Amino acid sequence: MKINKAWYTLFTFPLMFAFALVVIVPFVIGIGLSFVEWDGLSKHAMTFVGLQNYAEVFKDARFLASAGRTTIYTLLSVACVNVVGLIFALVVTTKLKCANLARTMLFVPYLIGGLILGYIWKSVFSEFFISIEWGNWLTDSKKAMAAMVIVTTWQMAGYVMIVYITGIMAIPDDVIEAAQVDGATYMQTLFRVKFPLLMPSFTICLFLTLSNCFKVYDVNIALTGAGPNYQSEMFSLNIYNEIFDLSNFGYGQAKAIIFFLIIAAVTLVQVSITKKREVAM
Amino acid sequence: MKTKSNNKIIANVLLVCFCLLYLFPIYLIITNSFKSRSEMYENMVALPNKISAKYYISALGKMNFSISVTNSVIITIVSIAILVVLCSMCAWMFVRCNNVVSKLLFSLLVATMLIPFQTIMMPLMQEMNWIGNNVGIKMVDTVPGLIFMYTGFGAGMGVFLYHGFISSVPRSLEEAAIIDGCNTWQCFWKIVFPILKPTTMTVIILDVIWIWNDYLLPSLTLKSKANRTIPISTAKFFGQYTISWNEAMAALVVTIIPVAIFYLACQKYIIKGVAAGAVKG
Repeated sequence: MKINKAWYTLFTFPLMFAFALVVIVPFVIGIGLSFVEWDGLSKHAMTFVGLQNYAEVFKDARFLASAGRTTIYTLLSVACVNVVGLIFALVVTTKLKCANLARTMLFVPYLIGGLILGYIWKSVFSEFFISIEWGNWLTDSKKAMAAMVIVTTWQMAGYVMIVYITGIMAIPDDVIEAAQVDGATYMQTLFRVKFPLLMPSFTICLFLTLSNCFKVYDVNIALTGAGPNYQSEMFSLNIYNEIFDLSNFGYGQAKAIIFFLIIAAVTLVQVSITKKREVAM
Repeated sequence: MKTKSNNKIIANVLLVCFCLLYLFPIYLIITNSFKSRSEMYENMVALPNKISAKYYISALGKMNFSISVTNSVIITIVSIAILVVLCSMCAWMFVRCNNVVSKLLFSLLVATMLIPFQTIMMPLMQEMNWIGNNVGIKMVDTVPGLIFMYTGFGAGMGVFLYHGFISSVPRSLEEAAIIDGCNTWQCFWKIVFPILKPTTMTVIILDVIWIWNDYLLPSLTLKSKANRTIPISTAKFFGQYTISWNEAMAALVVTIIPVAIFYLACQKYIIKGVAAGAVKG
């Protein structure tokens, strides 16, 4: 089929124009700005400081604490979300009559955005917990972390459940039957037959939850707003505060670039590892 | 036989009970949104003594709900309409003219999906302010400006999803249409676009969930009161007033209602779309 250049431009240019202006140009500018010191006011000059911003990042105690906290939070959340989501998926793919209803209900939290969800749980962790005399979880740094993990699990479990359901449905019945004929128990079928065949679903879910949890922002700001005393501030919120609260534009941008490098590295490594463990049908 | 069916009933009942318990936070905000302060602290779990819309009326007023819901609806619908049109056109061209330019642009689109928003938020704001000052098109604090940014951010996923589907569509139909005298434009809209409907549904669902709930980008661009979306006015509500919880809970219930309507209306498409989007992403 012959398509001339005018048609090609007409079909692709509008989107590519928006994409370039919104994603590519800011990304390139962002790399440049990470090498300067600047307070964000256009009348003030930027001073080029080279790699100094990047060097300072590793001496910034508040930042290092928030990065470490984000890592712990991500590991805990990824584990909880996937275990809970997988259990949900196994339950709602049984032949129980209410399985469909359950699937519908368990998926509800995912549709409510992170911010609204954070506020809903804020009322639970502060008001409700005070009323049943468990104390306010959000004013204690350890409990606040637990609260974050609980909210994230509540939000994402229904989502990964959907992906696992798709994977479980794709396993042919005869494979399961063959295992049962050979005398495999439920647990053996689960661990030796179903899980290896679910590897592609694990890849997808781990990828989605890893990057989503590491980037957490909405839940963080709604639930604790970095408090108490910045002890629940996550990576994203730290970048935001550095730039827009403390007006360290260049330094904050250096953190943002590091943030990108970590996310890119972790997700690429994770995908390549899990891909290797996938088995062919 | 009888114990077996009894067990099934018990399992069903347990499952439904668990799901209801899972959605307990939502029950909590609904029931307490009707209670007075003293009634609320007496027993948060109990049903309200009487139903009154008092807290709803004051919450709606403080949130400027009618304005923010209109803004959210406009931004979501227009952004998605533009994204569907431009992404499908662009992806089709990329597949049908699989030259070096197409391959390069496509890999660029997919690769940049890894960039977290926090990495480009600050330079993006600088760039958009610059455009406002030097080109004369106001991008920041305007609804069209925000829609333009969503077009750029949604490009990667949209093109990626359409690209995957179009690659599996045979060319023969399009070639027949061209022989019958269609030009490229007609060929795309009359022949190709209707075939893409499943992917279009996926793109719409994923983008609705993303744009409707998005908080960080609109909170950076939409500063004036008249432009607020639902997440922003909720955040302002929780930030501005010393929280009166019954009002706050009424506000949260109101923000969930549009999501609930959307879910009940297109539940089938949502679950399918989310699964398809995750599996391909």
